[in-house]
Amino acid sequence: MMQHLPILQVLLPLLGAPLAALLRHRDMAWGLALLLTGAAFLISIILFSQQQMTGETLVYDLGGWPAPIGIVYVIDAASALVLPVISGIAFVATIAARRLVEAEIDARDHALFYAAWLLTIAGMLGQVTTGDAFNIFVFLEISSLSAYALVAMGAGRDRRALPAAFNYLILGTVGATFYVIGLGLLYMLTGTLNLVDLSDRLADVQSTRAAFTALAFIALGLFLKMALFPLHFWLVPAYAHAPSAVSALMAATATKVSVYVLIRLVFGVFGIDFPGLADAVGLLVLTLGIAGAFVGTLAAILETDLKKLFAQSSIAQLGYMAIGIGAMSATGLAAAFIHLFNHALMKGALFLAIGAIAAQVGRAGMGTIQGAGRQIPLTMTAILVGGLALIGVPLTAGFISKLYLVRALLEQDFWLLAALTFISSALALAYVWKIIETAWLKERPKGAPVLVETPVHYVPAWLMVIATIGFGIFASPLVDAAYAAAHVFIGGAR
Amino acid sequence: MSNLIAHWNYFLVIALMMIGFYAVIARGNMVKKMVGLSIFQTSVFMLYISMGKVANGTAPILTGDTTTLYANPLPHVLILTAIVVGVATTAVGYALIIRVYESYGTIEDDELIKIIETEENAEAGDA
Repeated sequence: MMQHLPILQVLLPLLGAPLAALLRHRDMAWGLALLLTGAAFLISIILFSQQQMTGETLVYDLGGWPAPIGIVYVIDAASALVLPVISGIAFVATIAARRLVEAEIDARDHALFYAAWLLTIAGMLGQVTTGDAFNIFVFLEISSLSAYALVAMGAGRDRRALPAAFNYLILGTVGATFYVIGLGLLYMLTGTLNLVDLSDRLADVQSTRAAFTALAFIALGLFLKMALFPLHFWLVPAYAHAPSAVSALMAATATKVSVYVLIRLVFGVFGIDFPGLADAVGLLVLTLGIAGAFVGTLAAILETDLKKLFAQSSIAQLGYMAIGIGAMSATGLAAAFIHLFNHALMKGALFLAIGAIAAQVGRAGMGTIQGAGRQIPLTMTAILVGGLALIGVPLTAGFISKLYLVRALLEQDFWLLAALTFISSALALAYVWKIIETAWLKERPKGAPVLVETPVHYVPAWLMVIATIGFGIFASPLVDAAYAAAHVFIGGAR
Repeated sequence: MSNLIAHWNYFLVIALMMIGFYAVIARGNMVKKMVGLSIFQTSVFMLYISMGKVANGTAPILTGDTTTLYANPLPHVLILTAIVVGVATTAVGYALIIRVYESYGTIEDDELIKIIETEENAEAGDA
């Protein structure tokens, strides 16, 4: 049993999906989703602590076929760190989903909603675990296809979800197809798809133009999937018009998985010494990352809808992860992993709290939350803490992210970039202040709908808030794990 | 020159790829976008399938004769999976187009953008 854990955490939600669709009953489907995401979370915690204790890489051969013939699932320091983030958020989002889905989605569709929900989670967990490059594509499409359907389910409340889902589908498919083109070139060069094997055999042909073209296609495809500026236009409408539960799950996990896959492919397969990698990918990612940080933050300041505001801020935060990757150093990668982890917590808290408001009154605009600070203090405080963490205020997880990001940049003497990172983070204060001012300093307008909060509304968000603060104060286990993850790809001291 | 002719299949693939990609980007009609996307994906199928060809190789069926030269079956198997994914994407895409048409009465990008902008302005008005 224990040795099958790497496959079980993917298999449980994957097999649960058709079962949820067959159950037809919404509470049973929800219960099943809760049970399976809970089990996946438990398994990923076990795998993480096992990996931490032994420090070894756990390789699971599917069907008993060892690599490179068979497909393997690999639990190393990097995947062990990312798995609990995804399954943990999925678990908490599932707890919240019951109330949110009841409020926003037609009762007939609930069982199907949870089927797609479980599929997208299985797809994300699979992408992180698998050690086979083509298998990554398959899981990528499993999670994306069900995500398109989930976003489109927002149409019952907001019909703009439909064009948003369509654009997401077009760009998501283009991104995934670019990835497959790059993979095809790699397969032509090496004759293998196993990530470890690929990286070994690529060393002989690394100065060919085909290898560089493959890198370009794969990187570009994943930039699209991770919504790196300027390829981010699908993200904001998709997150803003999706059902609230879906916004929370996707904002916290979907793009992070693509960031992880990018790191795994670029550093794990091509490697830091690949000719042209540091110039082409490194410089490009740094430039786009810092540009995205500014564009996303400025766009967030101008938004009046809370979901859109924080979706724009996701563009900025993905920019910071890109900067960590672009630093091309162990500290940079560690910073990217730390921010990947922390940002998932913050955005989970924010979107769950916003969802609790949007599910009551249809949408969470600035008008909706005006003076709401006294009416729903716990929900608004969750949004406040999430916002402060986005800026990078000390005692929140966001501070640790920014600390290591700036440290990675200073290590390489990128003074200007470090300053720009600092400035763009400070700019985030503008949109957080806008929320504070609207929610606490203004009076609630007369005739505004009464917002309520009961434990079902705020507990899921607060679980994330507590984690955000917890990892802000007791950051050292996370930092250690992130460095271990970074050292999978780039050697070197701390 | 001989190099060009020897790799004619890849030129065909790239031509198809660009035709499809152009349609995805340049067309405002959702159905045309989907058609472009399908052409784009098909070009990738052809890229994979043609790379599995081994000169003078036959179909990869085990006969017990060890001297037979086979085509590489692995890319074909991979593309079987990718075709399934492509069909699923196409199905979801067209299903969305039907829903968009039912809801908005149009599937032209520019008209949709106008409708959505009006809705957003109305929303910003009461925010």
